[in-house]
Amino acid sequence: MSLDKETVRKVASLAHIKMTDEELDKYGPQLNNIVGFIEQLSEVDTDNVEPLPSPVDIPLKLRKDEVTDGGYPEDVLANAPEALESFYVVPKVIE
Amino acid sequence: MTELTHMTIAEALKGLENKDFTSVELTQAHIGAIENTRHLNVFVTETPELALKQAAESDKRRTAGDAGLLDGIPLAIKDLFCTKDVQTTAGSHILEGFVPTYESTVTTNLFRDGAVMLGKTNLDEFAMGSSNTTSFFGNVINPWKNQSNPDADLVPGGSSGGSSAAVAARIALGATGTDTGGSIRQPAAFTGTVGVKPTYGRCSRWGTVAFASSLDQAGAFARTVEDSALLLQSMSGHDPMDSTSADKNVPDWASTLQGDIKGMKIGIPKEYRMDGMPDEIEQLWQKGIEWMKDAGAEIIDVSLPHTKYALPAYYIIAPAEASTNLSRYDGVRYGLRVEGENLRDTYESTRAEGFGDEVKRRIMIGTYVLSAGYYDAYYMKAQKVRRLILQDFEKAYEQCDALLTPTAPSAAFAIGEKEDDQIKMYLNDIFTVPANLAGLPGLSVPAGLDKDGLPLGLQILGKAWDEETIFRVGNKIEQAANFTAIPEMVMQKAA
Amino acid sequence: MAQLLQGETGEWEIVIGMEIHAQVTTKSKLFSGSSSKFGAEPNSQVSLVDAAMPGMLPVMNEFVVEQAIKTGLGLQSKINKYSVFERKNYFYPDLPQGYQITQFLHPIVGEGKIEIDLPDGTTKEIGVTRMHLEQDAGKSLHDQHPSKSFVDLNRSGNALMEIVSEPDINSPAEAVAYLSKIRMILRYLETCDGNMDEGSMRADVNISVRKPGNDLGTRCEIKNVNSLKAVQQVIDFEARRQIEVIEDGGEIDQETRLWDPAKNETRTLRSKEDAHDYRYFTDPDLLPLELNDNQIADIKKTLPELPDEKKHRFMDEFGLGIYDASILITERARANYFETVAKNRDSKLAANWVINELLGLLNKNDQGIKDSPISAEQLGGLIDLISDNTISGKIAKDVFAAMYETSADAGAIVEEKGLKQVTDTGAIEKIIDEVIAENPDNVEKYRGGKDKLFGFFVGQVMKKSQGKANPAAVNELLKKKLG
Repeated sequence: MSLDKETVRKVASLAHIKMTDEELDKYGPQLNNIVGFIEQLSEVDTDNVEPLPSPVDIPLKLRKDEVTDGGYPEDVLANAPEALESFYVVPKVIE
Repeated sequence: MTELTHMTIAEALKGLENKDFTSVELTQAHIGAIENTRHLNVFVTETPELALKQAAESDKRRTAGDAGLLDGIPLAIKDLFCTKDVQTTAGSHILEGFVPTYESTVTTNLFRDGAVMLGKTNLDEFAMGSSNTTSFFGNVINPWKNQSNPDADLVPGGSSGGSSAAVAARIALGATGTDTGGSIRQPAAFTGTVGVKPTYGRCSRWGTVAFASSLDQAGAFARTVEDSALLLQSMSGHDPMDSTSADKNVPDWASTLQGDIKGMKIGIPKEYRMDGMPDEIEQLWQKGIEWMKDAGAEIIDVSLPHTKYALPAYYIIAPAEASTNLSRYDGVRYGLRVEGENLRDTYESTRAEGFGDEVKRRIMIGTYVLSAGYYDAYYMKAQKVRRLILQDFEKAYEQCDALLTPTAPSAAFAIGEKEDDQIKMYLNDIFTVPANLAGLPGLSVPAGLDKDGLPLGLQILGKAWDEETIFRVGNKIEQAANFTAIPEMVMQKAA
Repeated sequence: MAQLLQGETGEWEIVIGMEIHAQVTTKSKLFSGSSSKFGAEPNSQVSLVDAAMPGMLPVMNEFVVEQAIKTGLGLQSKINKYSVFERKNYFYPDLPQGYQITQFLHPIVGEGKIEIDLPDGTTKEIGVTRMHLEQDAGKSLHDQHPSKSFVDLNRSGNALMEIVSEPDINSPAEAVAYLSKIRMILRYLETCDGNMDEGSMRADVNISVRKPGNDLGTRCEIKNVNSLKAVQQVIDFEARRQIEVIEDGGEIDQETRLWDPAKNETRTLRSKEDAHDYRYFTDPDLLPLELNDNQIADIKKTLPELPDEKKHRFMDEFGLGIYDASILITERARANYFETVAKNRDSKLAANWVINELLGLLNKNDQGIKDSPISAEQLGGLIDLISDNTISGKIAKDVFAAMYETSADAGAIVEEKGLKQVTDTGAIEKIIDEVIAENPDNVEKYRGGKDKLFGFFVGQVMKKSQGKANPAAVNELLKKKLG
């Protein structure tokens, strides 16, 4: 499989990274190079193999239902590019 | 007395305990060394004031008899660990100016034991790289030089290039790193330092900027195996805030690493003998095998048949996880924001300007392999291959206690080399990536110099949770190799 | 009640499936220790995890697991002993991680079913496809500033249960009954407060139309339907819209639409082409959730009697009709109230007083059973006074009104106001004699055969006794005296 320019554009859009036509032309072949490399995996017989999403083999950790965190809006907002009256502020969302 | 910056951590701890010098003096010496090596671009952020404050507090504790495991030891911290009130960038423009209000578990543990932080070291952007050339804050320069081409600046390896260079350049006694596909072991090999990546789940990932969550593990750089064990002991431990952190006892590895390896079975995986690998590396590996035999270990030939597929599997899994781990960098709550025409444009402009080329490539690959229609062919396939790689190791460990391999397929290369072809760059991690996929501990020990006078490392891989064995084996390599070379730059400075 | 809609080309059937998001009743969030309480100051219930600061990691709330199992059992569903959290990737300012942690391929709860009660007294079974756990998003406020949106993450990371139904619902009334029944069950289980005003329960409605007997039509998903009334309105509007489109020769686009309550219409939010590619995959920060049989069995033991079980028991045990039983089981508190009133008393009389008098009055005042100024014991006391003939049914209504006003016991009010029924025949006879003496003309007419006047005499006697005379005794004595 190789990625055409439109696919690269679509992927960049999904990833929310702005790209000019020139950039799409630059990244396209690089991505194809990598995709070509990872496609080696198709050689491997993986029938009846369970996927391994994590190398740890321990049960999911659970915590008690207690309020132990929060209550520091100043910390939460400390690095905000724009904030007002304890809200984060972003360009208007239009739906 | 050895120059303060040239000691091992173990020696420095003794010196502090004997009152030969104070932590303030030790720290001051390192701050001076840092000032003299700024051209290496090791640090994104230096924290000399904080270091001296911590050193003074350490001296008080020591006087009061309350000294911790690493009390007063000046360390360099990879700028991927969030540090309270100290800028944390992950080597990215998108986090430039980000000052966490919290402290990572790993640095919290180090500070609990009295460590002093000299600053935050440079790294490949979001730890994505093997050369430290993807940092927004510029390349780190390896203190070592290629004697055949002394004018060329070399890479320190990556992604923890600042940390490896700091330890090699004698401007920190030790350093923290993170290793997702070799980002501790490969730079350790490139800089003649010891680098350890523990079992996945040994160190908490809480407060460490995530690259690929199922692969990321914190670890340490030092100049001896013993020092690396001391650092790792401090950094490790169960953390209820990380669901993948294991509730395991942390052994005192430094106290057991001198133990002998007589009768231990050391596996030599035949698939690690790669085409085109420099002879010197092959020879060094053979030397390592001899050293093992000399120490009474038994050498076993083993096979890890899916080794070849580790790298392609890694380059699906790591970018897939990274592509979503990095979605939070959107210019809303912290970090860079580039105002656009509307919200969508603000997102896209922020991420276009905030991320560098390599990060964008990996986000795009990760997005692609997870997207509708490709998921099974790539991501699911890679997860299955990952299982096969783990099973390879499990089978091998039925026959042996640890594996001995080269750490990297080459010595440090010149900055700019391999930049034109991503795959060439990715191949740097060919020997290190399998351990990340399987979650196993690995240690790189400097074992010799090549004909250009550049350090080469040997890697010891262990069973899950058996760091004790790799430290012990590493200690034997260290003794046999007797690696005493230091970069010329450091010798000149010292002279 | 699968009501058919009449179009220009004939009758249409509506096919509806619902996704209900119910906030799990907890103290803290799904993956962080910040409070899940509603209504706090902006960003004051936000942890570093909820704000998705770099390096932050989720840790699962164990109580949410119990609540989910409980809910699954309450929905008569299969509990999956192995479930997995995945990341659902999309960008939105109130989704700090850039992904929602949810369950996709392996939800904690599998197939089940519930019974819904329809207004005509019939019931219908609706299939539950699955229920999974997921994180809630924060809130974006769009009306505070002309060019900016404000983001509050207090809700970000709250635990939600998403309950997905089979497309078994065929009318607005069924949809309302389904949502009501789900809410009732969750409230019984105390796993969700069901408070739709505060957003604790929200629904997405999938609607399609077809000619009866045909294959399923193309569906549209309507987002954020946040009240029972809105469910009704959304389905009414959307079914009509779809029928019109098809009858005008058009096709339905599979799309996501938004309900605009102000304009009473749905409009396109995004078409299928713009549909998100969510790129689901296992969250590497969390390991699979594994449950064992003991854990599930232990939780099963703690389940309360569920609404339908209670309904059938009320019908069997108290001889109530399905209508009365359905009203009484709507909430646990109401059912408990009724049971206290009905205990060792005439259960139909009890049901009548609870439903027609008490609930009638509470509803009129916009109050619930918990606000009742009359306790169940007090209402029982009133019924006792009726049963032992201390007061008449008519007087009882006055006593009830006074109890509602003052919260006093029935006996005290009867005592204080002297409302005790007069059963002493001597006293009643005396009044009758007076009435006969005062109305000689009518006595004559009655005795002359005008039987209808009997009621007049009863009325006069009751009036003179201020309603307190025992009606049966008055009847008997009057008959005797009038001859």
